[in-house]
This record gives sequence, structure tokens and C-alpha cells, in this order.
Amino acid sequence: MNNKVKILTNGILRENPIFVLLLGMCPTLGTTSSAINGLGMGLATTFVLICTNTVISALKNLIPDQVRIPAYIVVIATFVTVLQMCMEAYVPSLYASLGIFIPLIVVNCVILGRAEAFAAKKSVFSSTLDGIGMGLGFTLALTLLGAIRELLGTGKLFSFTLVPEEYGALIFVLAPGAFIALGYLIALVNKIRKV
Amino acid sequence: MEYILIFIAAVFVNNVVLAQFLGICPFLGVSKKVSTAAGMGAAVTFVLTIATLVTFLIQKYVLDAYGLGYMQTIAFILVIAALVQLMEIVLKKVSPALYQALGVFLPLITTNCCVLGVAILVIQKDYNLLQAIVYAASTAIGFALALIIFAGIREQLEMTRLPKGLKGIPIALITAGLLAMAFMGFSGIV
Amino acid sequence: MAKLKSTLPNMLLSLTIICVCAAGILATVNQQTSGPIALSKAAALENAIKEVTPDFDNSPLAEAYKAVTSDGDSLLIYPATKGGQSVGVAVESFTMNGFSGEIRVIVGFDADGKLLNYSVLQHAETPGLGSKMQEWFRTDKNKQSVIGRSLADGNLSVTKDGGNVDAITASTITSRAFLQTINRAYSAYRGTDAATGATSATTDATTEATEATETTEEGGENE
Repeated sequence: MNNKVKILTNGILRENPIFVLLLGMCPTLGTTSSAINGLGMGLATTFVLICTNTVISALKNLIPDQVRIPAYIVVIATFVTVLQMCMEAYVPSLYASLGIFIPLIVVNCVILGRAEAFAAKKSVFSSTLDGIGMGLGFTLALTLLGAIRELLGTGKLFSFTLVPEEYGALIFVLAPGAFIALGYLIALVNKIRKV
Repeated sequence: MEYILIFIAAVFVNNVVLAQFLGICPFLGVSKKVSTAAGMGAAVTFVLTIATLVTFLIQKYVLDAYGLGYMQTIAFILVIAALVQLMEIVLKKVSPALYQALGVFLPLITTNCCVLGVAILVIQKDYNLLQAIVYAASTAIGFALALIIFAGIREQLEMTRLPKGLKGIPIALITAGLLAMAFMGFSGIV
Repeated sequence: MAKLKSTLPNMLLSLTIICVCAAGILATVNQQTSGPIALSKAAALENAIKEVTPDFDNSPLAEAYKAVTSDGDSLLIYPATKGGQSVGVAVESFTMNGFSGEIRVIVGFDADGKLLNYSVLQHAETPGLGSKMQEWFRTDKNKQSVIGRSLADGNLSVTKDGGNVDAITASTITSRAFLQTINRAYSAYRGTDAATGATSATTDATTEATEATETTEEGGENE
């Protein structure tokens, strides 16, 4: 039991996909102009991670080794498209603000990486837990980065004004701010982990 | 004139890495040396242009023709993966010299999101075939440009003394941020 | 269960089965969601129309028609009527001259050409600068607001260009482009109105409207 908890928390802290494994940087930078967008993107990726991890783990013995990568890609792309269609139908505004990054979940290295490194070897239940853990870690990182950028850039947090907008440093909402904020955040995590 | 505008917009104004955040993984991964960065840039230019051409034709003549628009993502990624494999095989046979130079980068390109991203963007922007190809090639050149500039900066960065926590990726990201700020100066010219 | 060996039949079989399953799942989900997707798109547009026109009881979406602007583009016009009486129109207008390309705006006019309300549908302007247009041009401060202005008195332009609308601070290009969408919307609307509300504008009506807008621009005289 302890083992399972460890798998679950592994992705959130010790092997956080963004801060430690440094995977999936494109959506991390591209969709975190506000906390709510970061949260939405994180949850979308979590959904795909859980589904693909579970399915690939269940199918692992039916897929010959030499064609495993194309097979994984098909499974991932299927779930991404399902997600894409559901989001367009039921949460159109979030779909519009995440834009191209929804179909690009397919090439998010976190997903293929976890399929290859974890789901292809472990049991179905462990793989699901790993998917949940990694997904939550990813969501946490994206929401945190989104919140920091939104707060510094516009003085708001989840669209609630905390500081008058005139005091915001607009650059944090724009492209350069994404790189800079993530750079300092990773440096901070490095510092904390070393201590 | 129209094509020149597409070119300038894709290379400088909406630079694929620094403004659209596509292809960040190779941008951070293979930018430690200028020579590898140039190789990666060339490989991406090559694959991106051909992949966009093929996916564009597939969208027009297969997906649109049979009302299979919802298969877009899955079809594109499979085509790109197959194309990269195919190119590796063809290059090995036809031009061993070029294969020597680009070979190691080819497998990495399948999961480079700028390839799939550009293939989808071209469809969304409703370009015609020639515009699509110009856009794809320009985007790839923009990618190569950003990558090579960035690699040049990182070579110098190796020699600076930094606080421990900032070493490696964090300082690379902050540098990329400053570079993105420089590229913002181009905005509004098109 | 033992792992399948990488023989050719095995590889083909497993990939084929996976692909067929994937296609099946996608086709089903597509069938399930295509209805809601179309509905949510229509609802979004209808909400935008409601926002910019007075109360109506017809369905503007079904009665939409195309009209030509003075510079030759065609825009969609959604007429709003109540009890058979026209209460205004919503015009879906766009320009490619934004700071970062296309700006799409829906604008509502009453019968006299007074601007009732607007809503920005789509844009790629700089966040925090040009993207303020949804709020900026309705804020009642100095000469910012365009709500209630009558386009019959001439096109709108920013103060920098000798007009009487305050541009968004540090975003003159966006502001110019935004006002252009409104001017274009009005010219398309006037074009059709001159043809006494016919379902499509005749070329004559459009030219007349063009001339009318031009005179007002130059001389400041009303029609």
C-alpha cells in the first residue's frame, strides 16, 4: 500500500514533470498567461495521461516491441481527439483560449515518456496511479506558473483583482515573461531540493 | 509581396519558439553548441517543409473530401512519424554525407511540437498550397535562427560564474526570455 | 499472458486492430459531439447578437444576409426585429489591420445609425495593451466611449488622426483597426438600408452609400 502512495506522490513532488524532469515545456510556457488557463491545460493533460497510461499498460502484451511507438502514438492521439471534441462541445471558451495547444498534447513529451518509461512495464493499477500523480504534478506546476504570471502581470489572481492593474508588470503576461518566470521558478525548486 | 510578408512574419514577428512557444524541447535540449544547433535547425527546416506539404495534401484530398476532419490530429501525427522514418531511410541510401550530418536529429523531430503545430496552423489559417509551403519554410528558418542565436549565447554562458540554483536550465530560460524580449521589438512591422 | 513477438503478422495485426478501434471510438465521439459543438457555436453568436442589439423576438441567425462594404468586402448582417418592427441590426465585421492581424467585432446599430453596443469576437492583440478594446471603448471617460455615437455623422477615428475618439494608451494601431471595423460595419449596414431593407444589397445601393460616406468624411455634411 505504501508503495502505491509513493507512486502517486512521486509525480507531484520528487519527479515533478516540469520542475524536475523538464518535460512538456511548450504547453507550460504557452498556456500559462493566467492561472485559470494553466489549470485548464493541466487538467486536460491529466485526463490524457491517465487514459493513455491505463490503456497502454493493459495492452502492453498485445503490442509487439518493434511497433510500440506508433501504437502508443495512435492511442494518445485518439484520447487527445476525444478530449478536443468534448472540450469544443462543452467548454468552448476554454477550448478557444488554449487553442492549438490542445491537439499538441499528442506531442507532449510527458505523455509518451510516461507510456514508455512506466506504463509499458508496470501493472494497470500502478500505471493509472502514475498517470494521476504525474498529471497532478503537471497541473500544479502549470497553475502555479499561471498564477505567478497573472499576479505579476495584471495584479489579478484567478481574475480577482488583488493589486490595481496599473502596478502590474505587463511583460510577465507576454512571451518573455513566461521564460523568465519559469527560469526563476525552476531555480527556486532546485534550491529547495538541495537543502 | 504577400509571400515576403508571410516570410517576415513567421521568421521575426511571430517567431515559432520565442513568440508561439512551439518546439521548446529541442530549443533547450540541443542548444549547447552552435554546430549541433545548426544541424538541428537544418534537419527541422527539411522535415517541416516536406511534412507540411504532405499533411496539407492529405487534409485537402483525404480528410476534407471524405468528411473526416475529426481524424486530423491522429492522421497528421502518424504521417509525420512515418515521414521522418522514411526520410531517415532515404537519406541513408541517397546521401550518406547529409545523413551523417542530420541523422542523429531526425528521430527527435517526431516529437518536436512545431512540426505538428505548423501542420495544424496552416489548415487553421486557410492558406493555399504555395502560402502553406512558404509559411512552413519560414517558420523553420525562424526556428533555426532562434536556435543558433541561443546556442551562441549559451556557449558564452558556460564561462560565467552563476549561483548554483541558476545553473543549466534556469539561466537558459531566463536568457531565452531576454531573447524573446528582443524579438518583441519586431512586432507590428507587418 | 506472454508478450507478442515482433513478427510481421503480429505487428500488422496489432497495429490494424488498434487503428480500427481508434477510428471507431473517434467516429462515435464525433457523432455524439458534433451536435453540441454546432449548438454552442450558434449560442455564442446569438449571445453576442443579444448583447449588441435591443430586445428582439425573431431569430437573427436565420435571417442573416450578406452586405457589401464601401471597400468591397462582404459582411454578415443579423437583423433584429420585435413584433415585425425593426429594432436594429448586428453586423459581424472584421479587419486585417490589427497590430497582430485579424480583429473580429460584432457591432449593433439602431435604425438611425447610432452605435448601440459592440463585442470583440476574436483578436490576437497584445495582452494588456491592445486587448483592452473590449472594455476601453465602452468606458465613459473623456472621449473613450463609442457607445451612443451616431455613425450617420461620419466615420469614427482616433484623436491623433483628427477624430474624436481617444485611442487606447500605447495602442494606437489597435485602436485605429478597431474603429475601422466599426466604420466598415456601418458602411455595410447603410449599403443595405439604402436598398430599403432588401435581402441583399444591389451594387447601386452600395455605390450610393460609398459616396455618402465619402462626402461626410470630407465635408462633415449629413446626408
